[in-house]
Amino acid sequence: MKTKYNVDELGFYGKFGGAFIPEMLYPNVEELKENYLKIMAEPSFQEEFNHLLQQYVGRPTPLYFAKRLSEKYQTKIYLKREDLCHTGAHKVNNTIGQILMAKRLGKKRIIAETGAGQHGVATATVCALMGLECIVYMGEIDIQRQAPNVARMKMLGATVRPATSGSKTLKDATNEAIRDWINNPVDTFYIIGSVVGPHPYPDMVARFQSVISKEIQNQLQVQEGKENPDYVIACVGGGSNAAGAFFEFLENESVQLIAVEAAGHGVDSGESAATSVLGKIGIIHGSKTLLMQTEDGQITEPYSISAGLDYPGVGPLHAHLHDSNRAEFIAITDADAMQAGLDLSKTEGIIPAIESAHAFAVLDKKTFQPNDIVVINLSGRGDKDLNTYIDYFNLSD
Amino acid sequence: MNRINQSLEQNKKLLSIYFTAGYPNINDTVSIIQELEQNGVDMIEIGLPFSDPLADGPTIQESSTQAIANGMTTSLLFEQLKDIRKTVQIPLIIMGYFNPMMQFGMEKFCQKCHEIGIDGFIIPDLPLYVYENEYKSLFEKYNLKNIFLITPQTSKERITQIDTISDSFIYMVSSASVTGSQSGFGEEQIHYFKHIESLQLNNPQIVGFGIKDNASFTQATAHQKGAIIGSAFIKFLAQNPISHIREFIEKIRN
Repeated sequence: MKTKYNVDELGFYGKFGGAFIPEMLYPNVEELKENYLKIMAEPSFQEEFNHLLQQYVGRPTPLYFAKRLSEKYQTKIYLKREDLCHTGAHKVNNTIGQILMAKRLGKKRIIAETGAGQHGVATATVCALMGLECIVYMGEIDIQRQAPNVARMKMLGATVRPATSGSKTLKDATNEAIRDWINNPVDTFYIIGSVVGPHPYPDMVARFQSVISKEIQNQLQVQEGKENPDYVIACVGGGSNAAGAFFEFLENESVQLIAVEAAGHGVDSGESAATSVLGKIGIIHGSKTLLMQTEDGQITEPYSISAGLDYPGVGPLHAHLHDSNRAEFIAITDADAMQAGLDLSKTEGIIPAIESAHAFAVLDKKTFQPNDIVVINLSGRGDKDLNTYIDYFNLSD
Repeated sequence: MNRINQSLEQNKKLLSIYFTAGYPNINDTVSIIQELEQNGVDMIEIGLPFSDPLADGPTIQESSTQAIANGMTTSLLFEQLKDIRKTVQIPLIIMGYFNPMMQFGMEKFCQKCHEIGIDGFIIPDLPLYVYENEYKSLFEKYNLKNIFLITPQTSKERITQIDTISDSFIYMVSSASVTGSQSGFGEEQIHYFKHIESLQLNNPQIVGFGIKDNASFTQATAHQKGAIIGSAFIKFLAQNPISHIREFIEKIRN
C-alpha cells in the first residue's frame, strides 16, 4: 500500500531517513533490513512478543479518563499509561521486540546506548530476561548525573561503559555503540533506543512501539464507541513514544497529532532541544533528518532539563511529519514542563517523567473543544526525576 | 588524467598518509602537506574534521575535536589550500563525513575542490546508491574520484559492484574495526589480503586501518598496491614537530 507518512522501500520518509552508514556497518544493517519484516510477521514471533508484553511488561496499559484534568481544561482528556509499564516507561516495548529479533538472528551479545539511562535499563532488563551479555554505552557526564540508573543496570548484570569522547553525552554514547558494532560485526546486535539511526531502525522501533496506538484504538472503541481520538499528544526527543502513539493514526488525517519538543530555557536562549525549530537537514547517526548543528555542519549539544529529550536530532518520521505539516510541533520550556508535572501530580495523583510532563504543558497552550477527545501519551513515570523535582521546587525544605 | 590514477600507474608500493586539517595547530595544514611530499609520500588524505566521526577511533576523533576547537572550518581549509598546487604535485584527497560537505553545498564543495586541485574524496558515510543516483555526475564534472571502502565482511557481489563503480582505487579496510584499534596483522588478515588479490579487480587496492610501522606496511603491501597510515601519524604529530616528519616516514619506508 502506498502511504504518505510511512517509510518507503529505500527507508525514506519523504526526504528524510535512509542509511548513511560507513561500509563497515553495511552487512549488519543489510542483514537486519532484509529480515526484520519477515521475522516480525512470523506467528511464533508475534506470539512470544505479545506474551511478554502482556505477562512481563503488564500490557495493555490503561487508557485512563482523567476526570479532574478534563474538568479543568473543559475537554475530554485520556492518559495512555505507559508509565505503568515494567521499568517505568514505554522504552521496554521496543527492547522486548529487539531482543527477540536479536535472538532470531542468532546474535549473542547486545549493545545499547543510553542518555538518562532509561533505555539502558530497559535493555539490561531484557538481556537479564534472556540471559544475554549486555554492554551499555553512556556518556561520562550522564553517568555522573544518573547514578541510580547506572546502579540498576549493574544490578541487572549489564556492563556500563563510559563514552569519553566529544561532549560525553547521549550522542557520544551512540557513536561509541556504533563503533563497538563496527568492531564486532558478527555476533553483536545493537538495540537502538529510539526511532533514530539508519533504516530499518526507525521503522522497526516505530512498529514495536505501535502497540501503544493499537491499544488506544481498542480502548477508545470500548470507552467512547469510536476508535479515533481528535488529538494525540506526545513528547519528542528522538521520538519513539510519539511514533508509537501516532503510528496507527498517521494516515488518518482527521486525527490531529501534536509533537512536543523541549524548548529548554527557551527556543532562542541558546539552551534548547527544539530540533524542529533550530535544526537543519543533515546526517546524524546514519539518518538524514533535522538536526541541531553549526553553520559548518558540526553537531551541537542540545539542552533540556529532561535528559530524555536532549538529543540533537529527531527521528526521520518526525522530521517528515513536521515538514509535511502532518503534525503540529510545539516547544515547551523547562519551567512550563515542571509546572505541568506538578499540576498533574496534584490533579490526578500521577507524578510524570519530566519528558512526559512536556506533553501536558500543551494543555495550557492550546484550546480544545468540550467534545474533543484528547489522548496524551504518559510515556514514563517520575520516580527517576525525583531529585530534579526536589531541587526545582525546593521540596526538601 | 587525474593525479590519483597517474600515481597508481607507478611501479612501486604507494604510501598514503592521513592527517586531520587544523591539528595539532590551526595553521599546520600546508606545512604538513609540503613536508610529507618532500619526504616521499605518494598520496595525502586531508581530514576535514567532523564532530561525530563514526568510523574513526579515539585518536582521530580527538584530533578532530581539537581541530574544531582550534577553529577549523570547511571555508578555512579551502582558504589554506588555495595555493597548494604551486608547490605540491602528489594527489590530494579529502576525507570527511557527509554532513559538513552537505552544509557547505555539494556543488560548491566540488567546485572549490576542483579550483584548488583536489583529486578525490573518501566519504565513509555516503552510501553507494546515493552516490550513484545523486552525486556521481557532479563528481565527474569536476574530475573528482570517489573512493569506496571494502571490509572483510563485504560480500563478493558487493565488491564487484564497488569495483565497477570505482575509477581509481579501492580503500581496503584491513579488519573489522574503527581506525587506530589494530596491533599488527594476523593470519586471518593476510588471508584476506591474498583473497582480494586473487579476485583481480579492475581497481588497485590500498589498505588502511592498522598500519603504523615498516612491518605492517610491508605486510599490507605484499598483496596490494599501497597502504594508508592515519592514527599512527596523528599520534606522532601530537608529540613531534612537523620538521621531524622525515623520521616518521623513513621508519615506514626503512
